[in-house]
Formats: sequence, C-alpha cells, structure tokens
Amino acid sequence: MDLIKLTIDGREVEVSSGTTVLNAAEQVGIHIPRFCYDKELSSCGACRICVVEIEGMRNLVASCVTEAAPGMVVKTETPAVVEARKAVLELLLADHPHDCMTCDKLGDCRLADYCYRYGVKSSPFEGARHNYPLDDSNPFIVRDMNKCILCGLCVRACNEVVGKDNLHFAYRGFDRKATTCGDVPYVESDCTFCGTCVAFCPTGALMEGSMLGTARRWELEKVRTTCPFCGTGCTFDLRVHDGRVVGVTTSEDAVVNGRALCIKGRFGWDFIYNEKRLTTPLIKKNGEFVPATWDEALDLVATRLAEIRDKYGPDAFAALSSARCTNEENYLMQKFTRAVMGTNNVDHCART
Amino acid sequence: MTNSINEISGAELLFLIGTNTTEAHPVIGYKMKQAARRGAKLIVVDPRRIELAEEADYWLRVKPGNDIPLLNGLMHIIIKEGLYDKAFVEERTDNFEALKETVEKYPPELVSEMTGIPVDDLYAVARLYATTDKAMIFYTLGITEHVCGTNNVMSIANLAMLTGHLGRPHTGVNPIRGQNNVQGACDMGALPNVFSGYQRVTDPAINDKFQKAWGVPLSDKLGLMIPEMFDKANQGEIKAMYILGENPVLTDPNSNHIRSGLANLEFLVVHELFLTETAEYADVVLPAASFAETDGTFTNTERRVQRVRKAIEPVPGQTNWQTIMALSNRMGYPMNYPDPKAIWDEMASLTPSMFGIRYDRLGKKGMQWPCPDNDHPGTQYLHSGSFSRGKGLFQAIDHIPPGEEPDEEYPFLLSTGRILYHYNVTTPYSPGIQSLWPEEMAEVNPDDADRLGVKTGEKVRVTSRRGELTTKVQVTDRVPPGLIWMSFHFAESPANVLTSDVVDPITKTGEYKICGVRVEKLQEA
Repeated sequence: MDLIKLTIDGREVEVSSGTTVLNAAEQVGIHIPRFCYDKELSSCGACRICVVEIEGMRNLVASCVTEAAPGMVVKTETPAVVEARKAVLELLLADHPHDCMTCDKLGDCRLADYCYRYGVKSSPFEGARHNYPLDDSNPFIVRDMNKCILCGLCVRACNEVVGKDNLHFAYRGFDRKATTCGDVPYVESDCTFCGTCVAFCPTGALMEGSMLGTARRWELEKVRTTCPFCGTGCTFDLRVHDGRVVGVTTSEDAVVNGRALCIKGRFGWDFIYNEKRLTTPLIKKNGEFVPATWDEALDLVATRLAEIRDKYGPDAFAALSSARCTNEENYLMQKFTRAVMGTNNVDHCART
Repeated sequence: MTNSINEISGAELLFLIGTNTTEAHPVIGYKMKQAARRGAKLIVVDPRRIELAEEADYWLRVKPGNDIPLLNGLMHIIIKEGLYDKAFVEERTDNFEALKETVEKYPPELVSEMTGIPVDDLYAVARLYATTDKAMIFYTLGITEHVCGTNNVMSIANLAMLTGHLGRPHTGVNPIRGQNNVQGACDMGALPNVFSGYQRVTDPAINDKFQKAWGVPLSDKLGLMIPEMFDKANQGEIKAMYILGENPVLTDPNSNHIRSGLANLEFLVVHELFLTETAEYADVVLPAASFAETDGTFTNTERRVQRVRKAIEPVPGQTNWQTIMALSNRMGYPMNYPDPKAIWDEMASLTPSMFGIRYDRLGKKGMQWPCPDNDHPGTQYLHSGSFSRGKGLFQAIDHIPPGEEPDEEYPFLLSTGRILYHYNVTTPYSPGIQSLWPEEMAEVNPDDADRLGVKTGEKVRVTSRRGELTTKVQVTDRVPPGLIWMSFHFAESPANVLTSDVVDPITKTGEYKICGVRVEKLQEA
C-alpha cells in the first residue's frame, strides 16, 4: 500500500493512502473532536466539529472526510478552527437542556467534554427550543430527544452494525429527528433492544434506564467480563456501584463484539437480583424445603453421597455439570466425580 | 468452529444450515448481515423464513429432516459438473470413491422431491458454493438435534472437504455453540468419555497421568451420557445425582421421563441460582453464585478462552468452586485452591492443547486453543495443512428419516428452538426481559390457523404421544403449513413435555426438531 507523508501540527506523519486527516492525526496522538464520525461506521461529514485548517485550502475542512495527501500541512487547533468549533457548540447548546448538573451522562458526554475543552458555557443564540416528551416506554432504554444533537450515530449503528434498520431521520429543518419508522416510541417500533444505539450515542439522548440516578458515570466501577448467555463470547463491562451491578456498557476493544450486544447481554443481567434467587442452602424435610446452614447442607450431602457410593458402588452416582458455569467450576465438577466419587458418569447439556 | 467469528467480515459466501443466527447468536448474526450487505453471497437453509432468509441470495425451505438428501444432492451436482477441488481431494482426503458412489444416488430431481427445494436452486447453490473461494458453512442445532445429527454433521464436513473449504481463513465447518460455556464444559472434561482437552479416560497412559496428578485410582470405564443417566435413574440403577446449573426438566426432551427419573433417586443435590423445576425434586438444594459473582473463564464457540471477573460478592455467600471444594474436603479428598487461577493452572498443566493458555496471557482478547506452549499465539483456524487423523475421511452417508413423523393422529410437525429475547431458562428470571416477552407464542401458519379457527394471541392445546400443554399462538408465514414452532423457555408452556426422546445413536442428542403433535383450539371458559 502506498505511504504518504504529511505534516500535522508541525509533526511529520506517514500514513497509508486513503487515510483521512482525522485518522492520520489520531496515529500521532492528536485527538480531533468528532460527533458524527465513528471509525466503525460510514462517514457523513455533517457535524463540522472536526474541522481543521489545511494550507492552500480556502475554507476549513471536515477532517473526517478529507483524505490525507502528500505534503499536506494540517493545523488542528488554530484560532479559526477553535472559533468554528465554538460556534458549532454554541449552535448545539441553543437547543440543548443546560442540566448537566443532574444529567446521568455527564462524564461520558462528548458535548460536555468539548464545551469544557473550548470554554463554552452557554449559547448566544436565542430561539425556539424543543420540548419533546421523554420516551421511557420500555424498561431498558430512556430516550430524551431534547438532548439529541442529530449526529446520526444511532441511525448508522442500527443500520450498519446491527442491520436492524429501525432508526432513520424524520422531518426537516429544525424538526429533524433521529427516530423510529413513524416516529413511534421504541417499544412500538421494530426495536429489539440490543442497545447498540445507546453505546454509540455521544450525549444523554440515549441512556441505559437501569443506570439513571445511581451515581455519576465516573463513580461507576467497570468490571470487564464475558457474557453468560450464548456461545458468541461477547465481552462487556459490568458497571458497579456500592457493591451492586447497575448496568452494562461496551467498548470498542471487545474482540468479538466491539460495542454491539443483544438484549440479553446488555439488559438481561438483572436476573442476578431476582427476588427468587436462592440465598441459603435448603434441606427437604417431610416434603418441604427448610433453610439450612452451609455446614448442615454440605455435611448431609457428603454423608449421603459417601453412603450411596459405598453401598451401591461408584457407578450408582451421576453428575450433571453446567455449560453455563465457568471452566474452573466444570473442571472441579468432573474432578470431583472422577476422583471423589470414582465414576466417569459426568456429562452436561452439550448433547441435550 | 474450525474458523473464527471475525473471519465472517472477509468471507465471500456464507452457507447457513439449521442456524437462526440473528436470534440464537445475535452478534454473529449482525456480522453475517453486514457481510451480506457488503456483497457476500448468503445461502440460508431453513424450514422457517427466519430473519436472515430475508437477506439471503438463496433461501432453501427444506422439508424438516431432509438435510442429508440436500447435502448429498449438492455434492452430486458438484461432482457431476467437475466443480470439486481435485487437488484437495487428492492430497488431503481418503475414501472419495465411496462418497461418489453414495451421492450418485441423489440426482437433483429426486432431491427436489425429497426436500421441496426447486431443482434450479439446487444447481445454483451447488455451483455457487463450489466455485467461491472464501466460503464458510455455519450450523447449529437445526443440524444436530436430529436422529441423524452426527450424520448431518459428517455430510457437512463432506461438502466442505469436497470443495476444499477447510484449513484456510474465511472457510470451514463452523458449528455455533449454544451456551456461553458449552465449549468450555466439553474442553474441561465434563463428559463421560474424556478428561480435559479430550484425553480419553480409556487410554491407559492418559488415565495413569491423571491418577498420578490427582493421587487416586480412577475408573477407566466409559461413563453415562445424560439420556442414559435418566434411563438408569428410572430403572433404579442410578441412585444419586448432583446437578450443577442445569434444569433438565425444562430443557431435556420428554420431560415426564426426566421427572420420573428424578423422583426415583434416593438422593438428589441441585446446585442452582433458583428453585427450578428440577430443584423441586432435590433432597438438598445448594444456592449458586452467578457469573457476576465469581472469577474464572468461559470459552466461546471459536475456542477463545476469556476472563470472567467477580463484580459483586456472591449472593449465597460463596462461589460454586468453593462449594465443590468444601464438599470434596468433607469427603476426605482435599482440594485447596486459593483461587480459580490455581484451578486453571492445574488443568492446563495436564492438558496439552491448552498448556500455553494462562491467565496472565489472556489480556483483553483472550486466547484460542490449541495453544501447546507458552510462546504459542493460539489458533485462529484449524486443519491448516492436515487434519487430526492426517487425511480427512469422507463418509458415505444415506438418508435417515426422522424418528417420529406426523401421521393421522398427530398431524402437525412440532419443531423447537430459541427466540431472540430469551436464553434457555434463565432469562425468564430477568424482570426487564420478561416484561417484554413474557410467554410462549407458538408460530402457526395462516392456513393452519384458519382451519383451527385461531388468531394471534389465542390459545391452543398441543398434544404429543408423551404429553400435552397449552400455549398462545402467533399466526405467521415464517412457518410452512403443517409445522408448529415453539421455544422451550417458559415453564408454563414447557415444549419439552412434547418432544421426542428418539436420540442420535452416537451423541444421544434428542430429536428436538421433529415430532408429531395434535393442535386444537382451546375454548376459553
């Protein structure tokens, strides 16, 4: 592949031809702001927050859709660039609630991050503001269209990553909206609640309902783990606060799934807090289950299993291990069956 | 899977047979859709008009139970037209002549009659698969859950070998494994015939190695497979069982046989998250810790070992590995692992195919076995250069009809599977998911619905030779006339009361995909 050289902020950069200016800058650690651009999605060059100055070009250009060219001289933070980015942010804030103090997305909101970076506190532009009702029609995703900046990431994620095609732009001009077919609440649409749109949303427009009101984003611990449902092996972060799981978020470094999940992986974890979870061992007495201590239960199990093994022989025992449990638990279960009970009667539902 | 999930993005053809990927393995389904929309050819073989059938270049609506005739028919055309990979067949396979002789008996016209697939489509698909360089086959339980499951799988392997679609990236025979760690449970030796890494219990050298490592004599007699366990429980030969994290009453075929087997035991321990339908039969129930409460690893369908990490304290006070250790210690066999890493290290030290996989090497991407030593990077795709036995052995396989087909008394064909919103029998315990899809909605074709006089949302009684249940229906042309389709997620409409316990003779896998049932509209009182 052809390599080309260009200069970005005074540093010489070598990239393969076809690389955009935004990605060339990324390769040398310069992060150019972006709303509508995402490396996993097609580029539309719409939001203009990524503009840069390129010598010899009359106007500022959108770096996400401009290919690097040999000898190009790029400047990413000139006064003109900063002024343009501030103007973009001010225009966005003209129709965006200024409720960051209570917004659950703060800390993980690119609009707030860039406003901080460029010192934009409010908007000089007075005008109409939307007052959309909150869509909390479902238990998983809360949609606040007042916080939408029309970057279109949700639309492209739904179409290009998930292939569900449930989201599109509707209406024109000021009323333009990233929404479902017929502009109905999610629950009435074809949405399957995979939440991939939520993972791509840069603002508080789409959020995980379970995480609202639990803690600021930066207080939510991330525990990287592997999904307990199907065999795909998606990985994600359990978000934990005060010793309690409050949600699941994804990041692009997940090798199998990136930021995509399905409804089960992103929202099915709440089975762990089902009120029917067993918390203590139970021993059946006269046909009824009676709570017992671990010692009582394990003593009884050990005694009875040893009796049966000794009376009828090892092959009178059989164990079912579990395709839902960890490798380590399965290894111990088969070792227990073979080494302690003395039989190879161990199987699991691989065949059933 | 012989190959890896991310190879889908570079494939030129995806051949899906008996896999409803967008529902059972949604994220793999997304990748298939992306590939198809980028121009990869998509062939879907399924009796149901599943979501990916809508995206497919060819949707072959095969009559259930006719996969072998279809695959033999495709190979018939490929051989007749000289489209097979002669170099691959010559250098890397044995027994080609026997295969040729058998598939000779499956000309397109006959296959079309057996499968219901138009002759033109058979030709088109055979030519397309044979002549496309990067072609991946995917299958799941639509292939294996048949009386001829093993033969179905071997027929798929025949097709891939015949056309040289093995041992390279973007090719392969790719079963997408069901549960999160069904691959790992097999790899760990939770099977009656092998220790970890598929080391046979009957091999004296292997058995000796484990006896020395574990310090006790070990049986070298093959153990029982699940259906045999329940047969023997019914016969009174199995006296005690320990069931960890499984609910066979809902998930195994012919539930009533499972129930009677459990009831017949002298002693049953169930180690579970919930008081399940199976746990009701227990003498002692041990509360289990969930995935969020333990450290460890899962192994996905592409053999990738990935970390599971403890996020919260175990709800029952201890993890499952601690419980098994505590029981073992009480029974006089000491187990004193400080953490799951120590368990993994013991397993890896005894298991050549995973010897090089260690916790500190897993990072964010995990590692794929085989990985025989600490410098080995792991294996993205298998069978490069040679097969496990050296040359690939073609199997000459003839059609085997289903164990039970619809008849006058039970005129509908019942087929079962998973739906997007649920995963086996755990997700009904998720309040969020349950609020969205709370009950069974059996799929019935509009023609049948007319005759039965039922509409979407109304209830029917479904009866088989083994049991009966009631369920709501959804009227949809996803299913062909004569076929009723149900999931097995719901205790209130437990599909496996109905399913057949005819099994594949080798794997003992039940024929969940085909049995005869009667369907009647339920008159609401």
